[in-house]
Amino acid sequence: MAETATQEVHAPTSGISNVKLGMWLFLGSECLLFGGLISTYMLYRGRVSDGPTPEQIYDIPFTSVSSFVLLMSSLTMVLAVSAAHKRDDRGLNLWLTVTALLGATFVGGQVYEFTAFYNEGLGFTTSLFGSSFYTLTGFHGVHVTVGIIMLLAFVAINKRSRVPGSKPESVEMIGLYWHFVDIVWIIIFTLVYLIPV
Amino acid sequence: MTTETTNDATHDTTHGAASEAPVEHGMSTRGYIVVALILAAITALEVSTYYVDFGPLFLPSLLIMMVIKFVMVVSYFMHLKFDNKVFSWLFYAGLFLAVGVYVTALATFQFFLR
Repeated sequence: MAETATQEVHAPTSGISNVKLGMWLFLGSECLLFGGLISTYMLYRGRVSDGPTPEQIYDIPFTSVSSFVLLMSSLTMVLAVSAAHKRDDRGLNLWLTVTALLGATFVGGQVYEFTAFYNEGLGFTTSLFGSSFYTLTGFHGVHVTVGIIMLLAFVAINKRSRVPGSKPESVEMIGLYWHFVDIVWIIIFTLVYLIPV
Repeated sequence: MTTETTNDATHDTTHGAASEAPVEHGMSTRGYIVVALILAAITALEVSTYYVDFGPLFLPSLLIMMVIKFVMVVSYFMHLKFDNKVFSWLFYAGLFLAVGVYVTALATFQFFLR
């Protein structure tokens, strides 16, 4: 009885979900975070007093494959959301796991790239270019890693059928976050990797 | 295919009391795959600018392709095209605020005059 009363208090009168509203507000604020990091990189990318320049170390074919992998993970994520709406638990777990694997492949590629750059002489404090590059792409990598944790945690919880609230909406919120890290990478790939200094 | 499209297009995006009224939005599985293929093709075109000389069209074409990919993911994969316009306002307000603030910040450092 008390639970019912609580639900009535939290029911949105606007006709739109409070959870979804909060998520979009969060993503809007994330634009400001990544905007700051991207503009800082744009300002400092040509400041190389020591160490390699962007043109000397960027491996465009490798990064292109990583970008493609992350882009395709958006497709598998949207298929997971679609499966959740169809109440297809098997499909949901499958697509969420595939999305997490594609995300892990992307993060693995980023770790490989960072290691290669470090071995070529680009440390975090080598130059302003190095600092801004590692900060920007590192922040993005952390976001992808958080997304992978959310995906795998959801699969584990879903297998025990202990997802609180509306399951399709929970999957949709994880999906929104995942697609957001994808669109941030769409910008990073163009502005950081493809446009020369 | 028709049945699949109908089922897939009916997305219940709301929560609690509002979830009793499902909102019609979204695409079929085939639609999502078509969008992904278009995104892959644009990515391939973007990468080709690294190998092929596009001349003065290099920068504008890259920026336009970036914006197209961004809008496609936001509109179709994030369902903003089919969802309540409040969400669009919230997200694009944050995005345009960020673009405005940081373009101004870059301009004060004479970034665009280099």
